[in-house]
Amino acid sequence: MRDFLRYYPTEARLLVVLAVLCAGLGLASDNFLTLGNFASLLNNNSVNLIWAVGLLVVLIAGGIDISFAVAASVVQYVCVYAFEALGGGNWALGFLVAGVLGIGLGFVNAALIHGFRIISIVITIATFNAFFGLLMFITKGRFLYDMPDWWVDRILIFERQMADGRWVELTLPVAVMAGCVAATWVLINHTTTGRQLFAFGDNPEGAKRAGVNIAAMQFIAFGWMGMMAGIGGLMQVNIVQEVVPNALIGRELEVLAAVVLGGARLGGGRGSVLGCVLGVLLVAITQNGLNLLGVSPYAFKMIVGATILIAISTSNMALAPRRVGKGQ
Amino acid sequence: MSAVPAPLPANAEAEGSALRLRHISKVFGGVHALDDVSFEVRRGEVHCLAGENGCGKSTLIKIITGVYSPEAGAEIEIFGEPANHITPTASRRRGIAVIWQDLALFPEMTVAENIAFDTLVGGLPRRVRYGAMRAMASAVLERLGVSLDLGARLRTLPIAQRQIVAIARALAGEARLIFMDEPTASLTQSETDSLLALVRSLSERGVAVVFVSHRLAEVLEIAERVSVLRDGRLVGVFDAEGMTQLRLTELMTGKTLSHAVAARDMSAERPVLELDRLGRDGEFDDISLTIRAGEVLGLTGLIGAGRTELAHSIFGMTRPDRGTMRLDGRALRLHSNRDAVAAGIGYVSEDRLSLGLIQQQSIADNIVLPVLAKITGRAGLISDRKKADLVTHRLHEFAVRIGTPQDPISTLSGGNQQRVVLAKWLATEPRLLILDSPTVGVDVGARAGIFEITRKLADMGLAILLISDEVPEVYFNADRILHMAAGRIVAEHDPRNVTLSDLEAAIYA
Repeated sequence: MRDFLRYYPTEARLLVVLAVLCAGLGLASDNFLTLGNFASLLNNNSVNLIWAVGLLVVLIAGGIDISFAVAASVVQYVCVYAFEALGGGNWALGFLVAGVLGIGLGFVNAALIHGFRIISIVITIATFNAFFGLLMFITKGRFLYDMPDWWVDRILIFERQMADGRWVELTLPVAVMAGCVAATWVLINHTTTGRQLFAFGDNPEGAKRAGVNIAAMQFIAFGWMGMMAGIGGLMQVNIVQEVVPNALIGRELEVLAAVVLGGARLGGGRGSVLGCVLGVLLVAITQNGLNLLGVSPYAFKMIVGATILIAISTSNMALAPRRVGKGQ
Repeated sequence: MSAVPAPLPANAEAEGSALRLRHISKVFGGVHALDDVSFEVRRGEVHCLAGENGCGKSTLIKIITGVYSPEAGAEIEIFGEPANHITPTASRRRGIAVIWQDLALFPEMTVAENIAFDTLVGGLPRRVRYGAMRAMASAVLERLGVSLDLGARLRTLPIAQRQIVAIARALAGEARLIFMDEPTASLTQSETDSLLALVRSLSERGVAVVFVSHRLAEVLEIAERVSVLRDGRLVGVFDAEGMTQLRLTELMTGKTLSHAVAARDMSAERPVLELDRLGRDGEFDDISLTIRAGEVLGLTGLIGAGRTELAHSIFGMTRPDRGTMRLDGRALRLHSNRDAVAAGIGYVSEDRLSLGLIQQQSIADNIVLPVLAKITGRAGLISDRKKADLVTHRLHEFAVRIGTPQDPISTLSGGNQQRVVLAKWLATEPRLLILDSPTVGVDVGARAGIFEITRKLADMGLAILLISDEVPEVYFNADRILHMAAGRIVAEHDPRNVTLSDLEAAIYA
């Protein structure tokens, strides 16, 4: 436990803040500390979490991706037509097609970033616009509702009736999210590739001198992000049962803020899966709590923004003395 | 240029060599960073690689470790085996390790991961064995006799401990040849001593160490042989035994330190700048001096003696609290450096690259910057013709080798940039020119050129104040030398009446 506090100060702090927040909301609202509320929190945030762990990998490798939410929309559209062409498809095929398409879009980013040595924010802002423009142009902004049944059927992985008669349910996206989170955790903490990603984000020149394959790092990071974007897109359709071309725009910044809140550093080398999950949960629970307290939805964004600002600026304050030490 | 290496002569020495390089060249953007360099390290030897900044040492190390590839024709032999295509991983596998000058560590990763980092690289993706990494790291640290928190992130460690981590990392992989690039730069004396002891014990166990350091005393103490590089070429390989620091400096710089003294007696000339008991609180005090037309006055002393502060006051950037300044016999009151330029004072700053030039702008724009008012035509707009005339005239005067005046300054070499700075100030047609450490970061050849220009300017009647902390520089180029210490002038020397070593002794005492 002491080691945890010493080596993972960001995560520890987030846990404390989260605990205080939950306790406070529990006192303020009867509905907050219920199993049903937590289940719906997970159901509603599974897609964000899937994207968040994908983005975490890119941030650790020293990049940033603005285009993933739009990429997810592109994957959704292509999937609709691909499944039609494949005679309906099924979940296995669904994951395969969405994953591969997502990886492909991620590789486009990686190839541009590595090939032209342009920083990732510039490239992904460009691909964000290119992907979205292309999508709107080709689809003419049409919504799609005609999806195969297997895709939009609600699948429960857990259900239980509570004493008051209400049902507590967890849906498929939560299970998929758990799988993505676990896979990312294994990748970045327990494979040599993951450690190389950290090293590359931390000190690219040092990694290069140690023999890390720089091109491979970019493709793995953006490929992983792309795969998560595709899978998240697939899950989003399962939840909302429709495909809308501009439905996901704006989500990229929301997810980015949550991941940075979770301790991932813009600039690379730092970040953890636990922190990332806690960051997303903190934003989600803040919104959820405000909702339960009956605060105006317009105030949400403001309060969430303020929370993120406070969290991020105080984490830099704690780091300040170390920076001074570094300069000596 | 055959890719097949010529067969090496089968002599006894080849067997004993850890590393053998021949015909190593490397060109960056048309410039030879290395030019046909040969280099050999024997097994178990402590070999020093000496040379000034930019002489090609780092490039050579990067070629040996596969970060850069050499130009065609290179022959590399590691422990007797030819190795003409090297990657960082392959060089590591062959037993070569490097402690980089900038350490090349990973601040966000743990101490254990940094030390055992090479186990994470190469081959197919696989599971990380944290236990094995920790064991490896603690074994190496034990060998070094150091204890560090293996789980701490590197950024939480002080710089000297990071240095130890870098050393441990080089030793972790059972290296047989270790390059140490400035390993003692941030260590205290006792840490340096234990590092040197470690180097000796490595050498006794048959590990060859190539040591790069600016501390020449250290180099001569530890090394058996010294290879000297200058401007990308190998000057030669020398036994450390019998080598002196002075001789080594001469080899590194290519400057024979037995120049003729250029000093002349200028006391008959009219004074240009006269300072009378000039003082500024906390910076300098009681400064009285005279610089005459055509005279080069050297101002030297240790860093922090107040030389640059004095220059700033003469140039109007700070205001003296006491005393008077006279230029050409008239009282001089400066409120800003614009006043100084208008009065005929030019200043070439110490930090030439960041302060003296605007890197992104063209050569022509840089030269005309201080004299924009002189080249305006009707309606106060800049006249292209006047500008072109002035620029061509100045560049010609200084023999600056350039493509066109429209090229950005950043395309020029350090020495040529320095000449442009001089040209820029000369465009103001000054009567007094202050040169503050004009050779900092300038390569050897260009230094001579700068002093040639300085002399030429003096002959044209300019008064020159030459500030430098390199005593030989003022000794060989100034007519008189003022020695400044703790904000005051403590002595005046005539280079003709004092030897360089006496002068150095007086200043460094």
